[in-house]
Amino acid sequence: MRRKRLRTLQRIVGVYLPLAAFVCFALFPFYWMLISSFKANPELYNLKANRLWIANPTLDQFRDVFAKTAILQWLWNSFFVSFLTSFISMTFGVMAGYALARLRFPGAQTFGLATFITYLVPTTLIFIPLASVVQKLGLSNSIWSLVVTYPTFLIPFCTWMLIAYFKSIPKDMEECAMIDGCSRIGAMVRIVLPMAIPGVIFSAMFSFTLSWNEFVYALTFISDTTHKTMSVAVPTELIRGDAYFWGELMAASLIGSVPVALLYSFFMDYFVSGLTAGALKG
Amino acid sequence: MAAIAHAERLPARSWVARFTKSEALTGYGLISPAVFLMLVLLAYPFILAVYISLTDRVLGEPGKFIWLGNFIKLLQDSLFRQTVWNSFVYTVTTVFFKMLLGIILALLLNQEIPCRNLIRGAILLPWIVPTSLSVLTWLWMFDSLFSVVNYILLGIGLISKKIPWLGDPFWAMVSVIIVNTWRGLPFFAVSFLAGLMTIPKELYEAAETDGAMRFRQFWHITLPLLQPVIAVVVLFSTIWTFADFQIVYILTHGGPINATQIFATMAYDVALVAGRIGEGSAISLFLFPALLVVIILMLRYLRQD
Repeated sequence: MRRKRLRTLQRIVGVYLPLAAFVCFALFPFYWMLISSFKANPELYNLKANRLWIANPTLDQFRDVFAKTAILQWLWNSFFVSFLTSFISMTFGVMAGYALARLRFPGAQTFGLATFITYLVPTTLIFIPLASVVQKLGLSNSIWSLVVTYPTFLIPFCTWMLIAYFKSIPKDMEECAMIDGCSRIGAMVRIVLPMAIPGVIFSAMFSFTLSWNEFVYALTFISDTTHKTMSVAVPTELIRGDAYFWGELMAASLIGSVPVALLYSFFMDYFVSGLTAGALKG
Repeated sequence: MAAIAHAERLPARSWVARFTKSEALTGYGLISPAVFLMLVLLAYPFILAVYISLTDRVLGEPGKFIWLGNFIKLLQDSLFRQTVWNSFVYTVTTVFFKMLLGIILALLLNQEIPCRNLIRGAILLPWIVPTSLSVLTWLWMFDSLFSVVNYILLGIGLISKKIPWLGDPFWAMVSVIIVNTWRGLPFFAVSFLAGLMTIPKELYEAAETDGAMRFRQFWHITLPLLQPVIAVVVLFSTIWTFADFQIVYILTHGGPINATQIFATMAYDVALVAGRIGEGSAISLFLFPALLVVIILMLRYLRQD
């Protein structure tokens, strides 16, 4: 009996307490974002109040954000860019990933190596010359500059994720299909792709998240308010000079965070399995 | 093989059929969009970066070729040398903390715990949410007057007077390190967790019958088997932290008095705020040696597997 109690105590001190500390560390900023956005200014800036709770919840900050800023436009821009770029990257990633996983051709290894290296290249290494390339293409200050450039870091990611998935699918099935008169592409689309759905969903979702969160390119290529995406618009448009309207900033940040958080809570299982698969193979 | 034999037996219906039946051609066809995009928007800009960094180009003027002028000027510049130092401090410290805390967190998450998936989801959140928006929240949490971090630390008696989080050179560096660790920890923890889950349980059972202590089990079984995952994750994180931009840009903008200026933020300020594009490109290119080292180590590591 005493032994059992000792074990429980050991678990509380050794597992639950440290885990609770980690969870608090991870979640506190979101809690603070949440309660700051539901407070009116007098309460938000009242140092004497209990700052960790809301006495009078209000939607004032949200109303102000929607009334004063182009937030709906920014949300739409983010959706448009993220959806389109993840679709494009997914398509090209499926093609390249299938080629690398299944086909033997001279240069395949070099290409595989190149995609892997590309995956490591940080955006801050080339953002300055890329700005002039974007300008030459006539795309500066337009969300198309993002649609064109985001696939450069999304395709390598999708390709690598999908190679692993495609390789795990037995070759026999598509060979049977091809003997039955199916073309290589037909076998890929009809047999292999449906079996790789978890990988496809994970890659598409993660590409969406990466696009939604991207900051450096969006900050560099776009200066017009109406063409900005959420991740850049909130920190640049809502801070006017030295004035920080924290209630509005937190409300807008919350609005910008919810879509990806929701997306990921729906596909949590795919996400964790995909991430762990990627981590092991990466 | 079957496909090729099949193609030879049948007369080709059209060039499309022949194209799709030939493995090499299909391969090139399938990778061509990716290759095209990567050549135009990655390889070409990189070459352009090297070229621009060798000129004294400013905004609106093409500039002339000055060979290594920018690099020489930068290496003599005390502000740039501080940037180099800051970047190293920032990267080494955060990667160390992310690795250490990541291992601890992964070991905790690998236990039998209630609401396991919910807790894993909560832990991942800082990594999913747009960094620029969560860092804004940290900016508000570190506010000089209204800092809730100070409010809590004062409240529980851990400190006796307010910490000037972003106003003091030392604390500003501490702040960006805390925020980077907060943001990067989930990636480390979940990758390590995935590694832990592949370690066969029998190994621990065998160790237990031998009476090995928990710590010795960790040291002799867990750590060696986890080492490949740790190496890959650390390499990934090193290059991304070294080239980080948004945490510093939003939290301190490199200040106060350049105490947190790192490569990417300095390159942005010099090239796009001050308009000295040649010099800014040169600063960005200082990230390249780090990238090269990471690539070489990573390839060597993956080849061993």
